[in-house]
Amino acid sequence: MSAKTQEAVADASHSSQSQALEDVVVRFAGDSGDGMQLTGSNFTEVTALFGNDLATFPDFPAEIRAPAGSTFGVSAFQIYFGSEDITTSGDAVDVLVAMNPAALTTNLETVVPGGLVIADAGAFNEKNLKKANYDSNPLEDGSLDAYRLLTIDIHSQVLAAVEEFELGHKAALRCKNMWTLGLVLWLFDREKDTTIENLQKKFAGKPEIANANIAALNAGHAYGETAELPTGVNVYKVPKAKVAPGTYRNVNGTQALAWGLIAGGQLADINLLFASYPITPASGLLHALAARKEFDVTTFQAEDEIAAVCAAIGASFAGSLGITSSAGPGIALKTEAISLAVSAELPLVVVNTQRGGPSTGLPTKTEQSDLLQAFYGRHGDTPLPVIASSSPSDCFEVAIEAVRLATKYMTPVMLLSDGYISNASEPWLIPDIKDFAAFPVEFHRDPEGFNPSLRDPDSLARVWAKPGTPGLEHRIGGIEKSYETGNISYDPDNHQLMTDTRQAKVAGISADIPQQEVALGENKGKLAVVGWGSTFGPIHQAVKRCRLEGLDVSHVHVRYLCPFPANLKALLSGFDKVLVPEMNTGQLVKILRSEFLIDAKGLNKVSGQPFKIREISNAIKAELA
Amino acid sequence: MNQAVDKLTVADYSSDQEVRWCPGCGDYAILKTIQKLMPELNKPRENHVFISGIGCSSRFPYYMNTYGFHTIHGRAPSVATGVKLANPALDVWVITGDGDALSIGGNHTMHALRRNVDLNILLFNNEIYGLTKGQYSPTSKVGTRSPSTPEGSIDRPLSPCAIALGAGAPFVARSIDTEMKHLSAVIKEGYLHKGASFVEILQNCPIYNDGIFEQVKDKKIAADFRIEVEHGQPLLFGKDSNKGLRLNRASLKLEVVTLGDDAILEEILVHDKTNITQANLLAAMQGPHFPIAVGILYHNPVSAYVTDLEQQRLTLRETRGMGKLDKLLHSGHIWEIK
Repeated sequence: MSAKTQEAVADASHSSQSQALEDVVVRFAGDSGDGMQLTGSNFTEVTALFGNDLATFPDFPAEIRAPAGSTFGVSAFQIYFGSEDITTSGDAVDVLVAMNPAALTTNLETVVPGGLVIADAGAFNEKNLKKANYDSNPLEDGSLDAYRLLTIDIHSQVLAAVEEFELGHKAALRCKNMWTLGLVLWLFDREKDTTIENLQKKFAGKPEIANANIAALNAGHAYGETAELPTGVNVYKVPKAKVAPGTYRNVNGTQALAWGLIAGGQLADINLLFASYPITPASGLLHALAARKEFDVTTFQAEDEIAAVCAAIGASFAGSLGITSSAGPGIALKTEAISLAVSAELPLVVVNTQRGGPSTGLPTKTEQSDLLQAFYGRHGDTPLPVIASSSPSDCFEVAIEAVRLATKYMTPVMLLSDGYISNASEPWLIPDIKDFAAFPVEFHRDPEGFNPSLRDPDSLARVWAKPGTPGLEHRIGGIEKSYETGNISYDPDNHQLMTDTRQAKVAGISADIPQQEVALGENKGKLAVVGWGSTFGPIHQAVKRCRLEGLDVSHVHVRYLCPFPANLKALLSGFDKVLVPEMNTGQLVKILRSEFLIDAKGLNKVSGQPFKIREISNAIKAELA
Repeated sequence: MNQAVDKLTVADYSSDQEVRWCPGCGDYAILKTIQKLMPELNKPRENHVFISGIGCSSRFPYYMNTYGFHTIHGRAPSVATGVKLANPALDVWVITGDGDALSIGGNHTMHALRRNVDLNILLFNNEIYGLTKGQYSPTSKVGTRSPSTPEGSIDRPLSPCAIALGAGAPFVARSIDTEMKHLSAVIKEGYLHKGASFVEILQNCPIYNDGIFEQVKDKKIAADFRIEVEHGQPLLFGKDSNKGLRLNRASLKLEVVTLGDDAILEEILVHDKTNITQANLLAAMQGPHFPIAVGILYHNPVSAYVTDLEQQRLTLRETRGMGKLDKLLHSGHIWEIK
């Protein structure tokens, strides 16, 4: 939430005309069954089509169907959109839509003073108030005086709007979300056609449900146009953002990752086997790829995490690229097999969509606390490349890089994403796959002088000879192998050599990845804010705002975490101070300190929620004070 | 693929690695049997892939001059599944033991069989952990004294074949390490079966569990302690082939009867390898009151996982066409910014 937005909302009380805003944060909150995610995604689509830049964050409970009206069953969807570049889903909420008392009580503290609260009075009955621990009705007792309150009995409005369809009381009420969306579309001067088309598509087999939802949408919109609304509630105009020309779409991290893996497979000219076991929040990737059998990707839902990674390794042995995916607890189960892939020197992509830990932790909430696991969480000396995506759309390129590094260096690659990235969405300038350099895999075919320990002298990658190739019959395994022949070897010097070789192979990748660039700001100065993964958005906004205030601060965002880009140490040495915001208790900061012997300082948060922009800008100011 | 397949011999299937099992180990006999069987299977050498887990038996792939992967403890069925998914044309073998397949890897064995992945699973059952120096295994008889059970084991063993049947394996057989002809025939049938095949091989460990299968192996007495089942033949055994298995219809249990004594030939159960109920009864038989059943206990093909998967893909591609990335990226709502 920018200061400008706050002023503009406050200004609105002095005028009944429409208001121009630079950016705005809207949060839809209701019961799990209220359809808030659908409402949010439809609003997102309309907003993107209008031409705003935006970012979204769905925030839903772990319970699939929590009891109606309960605080722990509240599902929310937040969208931040505006005319400037948007890289986070926003700090504070300008407009909160609360479908019941539980949604109000759990989300009110995110609303900026003077912000607009739209509440469904029809759901504020005694039973629901009690479930949300309200002694009196907050819509009536003056406790919301700090906000602009728009109270509507949406229940009754919806029932009247869809009466003609004779759906029955319960089904009729399910149209509440579309009524509310209609009202919010009016509030931001947005068209309804896209949503109407979506509803027709979604309920193609049930025209009466489609029509009822459309009627509700229209009624909500008409309500905004015609009803006498409180002073200060009027149409807000958020101008289009200035963005690069081209063809755009909305994409969430799961989609971009799935498509990036498919693209990587095509660039490597190799089939993919994606083997996984369901786990929140990583399952979406399995679903996304399972739906794409028209591509050269096979998906396999294994009986457990270990079977999934082992099937992926088997596929890589046989000449496909094996990919497995999980969240932290599942990655922990896979680690023995990942070490096998390190030892056997087979390609493998391991995707970790991180969530709050330890143990079951916070399955639906986001965290970046598996970095040390990715670096060190295996037995033996088992180095492997680690890369991280920084935003939903960035997943596409990072996935391609994971495929490239795995196949070129015959190594497992750990790709770190997180719950925020996988669910959040943003507009994406659709890339042209022809702009990516191909990196076709070359399988060994020549029996002359072959043994499975042959290595590329530059990359140090072991030879890839797939079963079915005549004359290359060979055995590999997890026992230490002779550097010369690939046969079992317990020789002490050989083990030293093999360990050093595996290390050197991964370390050498630093010469094959882009130099670290500064995402925003100068290449040297007083303070570098160094991030990795999904903290990109809030760090970027915070650094931008601080720089506008004249502070000497730069943003460095690290995609290649292991090995680091060759120039990273030199780059960071050019700053007096280094601040590392992370959604963990300090993991990258620990590695930077130990690798580079620099006095980097952590800024840490583990609440299951992304950083707020102001949390980072406050820390920047404290560092530079 | 242009090798003259029929000219290959045992030697062609032996790798250059020195075999390092203990002298007298049953694994030698099994290795020799399989190396001899290979040329009969009429597939080029490069088409065979042997996947193993951890344990004495899992060293097996090193000694076969084919493709091989010595993986990690218990996970061979999963790695093998990945191999088969990546290249269904390969002949994929899983070499495993009682600890590997039924203890640490029980879950994967169960699911590979249930899923009916076209793998040839050979379980070397010596009822002991050999490589880790003699601890009791999930198939060890109650009372097995071992370093970890100095007073004798107290947990009851499981029957590998019963587990395989319970998991839905469409091909379940049992044989003996030193019975080369029988073993070879059973493995060959399993190989020819399209889908998951499971062969339990009773294997002697001369170091930690010597003589455990002596009754079914000793030529002098074996006829009384094992029954060689053959499809369509009455279930007879004994030195004089005068003992048989009869189903007690009241108790639904098998009973051992003697022809001319308490039974006539018509009462003897005839082996029907497609009958799962009978297979379960045969698999569960234990000495000393019952003979150990060897041979193909169950064989009832059902469609195989990888075949069905390929079919789904073909059907889908017929309707959807081959995937085009550019089309995928532009699917759904897109918009132009000029």
